[in-house]
Amino acid sequence: MTPALLMAALVALGLCAYGVLAGADFGGGILDALARGPRRDAQRDAIARAMGPVWEANHVWLIFVIVLLFTGFPRAFYALVEALFVPLHLALVGITLRGGAFVFRAYGPPGPTSLRRWGRVFGIASVVTPVLLGMCLGAVSSGRIRVSLDGEHIDGAGAWHSPLALVIGLFALSLCAYLAAVFLTVETDGEVRDDFRRHALEVGTVVVALSAALIPWVFVAAPQLGAGLLSARALPVLLVGALAALASGYGLYRRRFRLARSATVVQVTCLLSGWALASAPYLIYPDVTLAGSAAPDATLTAVLWTVPPGLALLLPSLWWLFRVFKSAP
Amino acid sequence: MNPLLAARAQMEVSLAFHMVFAAIGIGLPLLMVLAEAIGLRTGDPRWIALARRQARVTAVLFAIGAVSGTALSFELGLLWPRFMRLAGPVIGPTFALEGYAFFLEAIFLGLYLYGWERLSPRAHLLAGAGVALTGLASGIFVVAVNAWMQCPPPASLVTLDPWATFRSAPWINMAVHSSLSCYISVGFAVAGAAAWSLLKKRPGDWHRPALSLSLTMASVAAALQLVSGDRIAKMVAVTQPVKLAAMEAHFDTARGAAIALGGLVDQDAGTLRGAITVPKVLSVLAYGDPDATVRGLNDFPRDLWPRVAIVHTAFDVMVGAGTFLVALSAAWWLWRLRTRATPDAPVPPWLLRALVFASPLGFVALEAGWLVTEAGRQPWTIQGVLRTADAATTSPYAVVTFAAFSALYLFLGAVVVGMLRYLARTPVKSAEPHP
Repeated sequence: MTPALLMAALVALGLCAYGVLAGADFGGGILDALARGPRRDAQRDAIARAMGPVWEANHVWLIFVIVLLFTGFPRAFYALVEALFVPLHLALVGITLRGGAFVFRAYGPPGPTSLRRWGRVFGIASVVTPVLLGMCLGAVSSGRIRVSLDGEHIDGAGAWHSPLALVIGLFALSLCAYLAAVFLTVETDGEVRDDFRRHALEVGTVVVALSAALIPWVFVAAPQLGAGLLSARALPVLLVGALAALASGYGLYRRRFRLARSATVVQVTCLLSGWALASAPYLIYPDVTLAGSAAPDATLTAVLWTVPPGLALLLPSLWWLFRVFKSAP
Repeated sequence: MNPLLAARAQMEVSLAFHMVFAAIGIGLPLLMVLAEAIGLRTGDPRWIALARRQARVTAVLFAIGAVSGTALSFELGLLWPRFMRLAGPVIGPTFALEGYAFFLEAIFLGLYLYGWERLSPRAHLLAGAGVALTGLASGIFVVAVNAWMQCPPPASLVTLDPWATFRSAPWINMAVHSSLSCYISVGFAVAGAAAWSLLKKRPGDWHRPALSLSLTMASVAAALQLVSGDRIAKMVAVTQPVKLAAMEAHFDTARGAAIALGGLVDQDAGTLRGAITVPKVLSVLAYGDPDATVRGLNDFPRDLWPRVAIVHTAFDVMVGAGTFLVALSAAWWLWRLRTRATPDAPVPPWLLRALVFASPLGFVALEAGWLVTEAGRQPWTIQGVLRTADAATTSPYAVVTFAAFSALYLFLGAVVVGMLRYLARTPVKSAEPHP
């Protein structure tokens, strides 16, 4: 493995962690916005309890991805921020309002008006942000972001709102909601758990339907990505992901919620890493490759050397956090 | 408004906003964990009550700091794409370290805020100490990047040395100066709020302990800041003579240069009118020698000048506010020592009023200081290497995003103020936070 490949693997890992953990967080907000019926408040309480201690840590993964990108692949990062200037700004507004609304609701006046108002902001931001981030990923894969030979001129400011990108955004949205609903079945009980199970099955159906629409579409709209998905490096991972998706549906159906949770984590991880493997060796097809945009080896190795000590500090702390708050309710 | 101006304005708004919350994320956890430690040691419930109230405020303010910091990590690239493409490989590894520190801070804060009932007192205190330490560390790492931009070691962009940030001359001085400013601004802000509560005889028995603790932290930091400020001035004189000249609105090179306070800067004419001057002081401050020669702006090409009026005014504001806070610290200790006041002794109203007046001054000094640092570096983004004009985005949407982010932060700032007022009025519930 070259340092550039290792670095790319780190970016992909960070993206997977962000996808699973922050995805579930966004999903919590989506389910909050969708909460209906007699147990609406109980559902919202459960969501807020589940998110409270972990949501900030979950979102730091995004900062990691960004830092690793601009450190390891500065020329690719340059092209991305130029091409995605508008959607990334919009996503930032969403991230900012979402975090603000969450704490304002949790700590602010308990009156119904204030709760409703911040709840609405939180819900809308939780829906819009993952769609935008998904659209950005879609734009990267679409082949519509073009970089001039000297790397200076970036074309493709419209790539993020192509129909394919939009559907990928919606797909991301449904995955987030699915993650959250599955996770919440483990962290609740009784009727509220049944509610989340039902939500998970419904949203899971949407996920399956969108995948069914996306797969052929990708082959038409972004044939290079389609070919990558079928390549020997990506296909096994994606197949494992598909099996995990089945297992997660089975777990939900048979009320084996811990199985469903683990399977869902595998499912999303395989999906994102499969996408990364399918895109390789391109960071932005067709003009930016991993090797062609990588920083010098000195930089890459410097960052890679920070990883073992960094993880030695992070993983036990994360384990402590999740053990305290995510063990049996 | 062209994209360059818009990018600069958006960066200024975003940084100025984030800076407040970043400083709170460094300073307030220290107060909160000290209060809890004293409470556990003495068994005095007032200290625990204080820690819990400060934890609640930290929760809200840290969240705003976290999201505005996330936004900044993107904005660095979005607004300064050419800067990041050039400097990413050099400053990236340091940002990675900052990432770990900030990650740990978020984890420990989650444990601290939600762990009052779930963790043992010792483990809880440990988590709090983790927040204070990692907050400090992440601030130091970010400042290392900024220090490199002020004074990149020669050829660090040729060799692309991934740890050049820690080899830039100013980084230790800057890290000390900026960390101290966080403790000062948070200390005086908390002291001012406690003083207000004491003046208004607000319910609650934690105000007096809050006053003692915050002023102890703030006054120690303020005393150290005098030393740090002096070292910074002497360093800037060597590493960034143009910035020093702009700070002092010092146009003509002089031996035994006078210091100028206030005054009207005429950038075009290269003059300062109506300032109060004190002979020789600038030479002493810059070089420790009353007869030293201090180079003036007119010695440098005009296109290397920053906006002198801004830099000079911001510098005066920083020094003025800082001096007032040092004097106030001294007054506090004089009162305590002269009256042999017990920790619970009532504080005279004049002192309380002065503290209320001073409560925003730490943040004023902090913001003004960063304005000196950043505006004083112009026209450079990386001193001597990359001009700001060559680093900025060319996106036509920059004007729109500037307007949107300004509105967003204005709105959030207003909500936060209302939130703090609400939190000050309401008791801490045992099962915090209620969703």
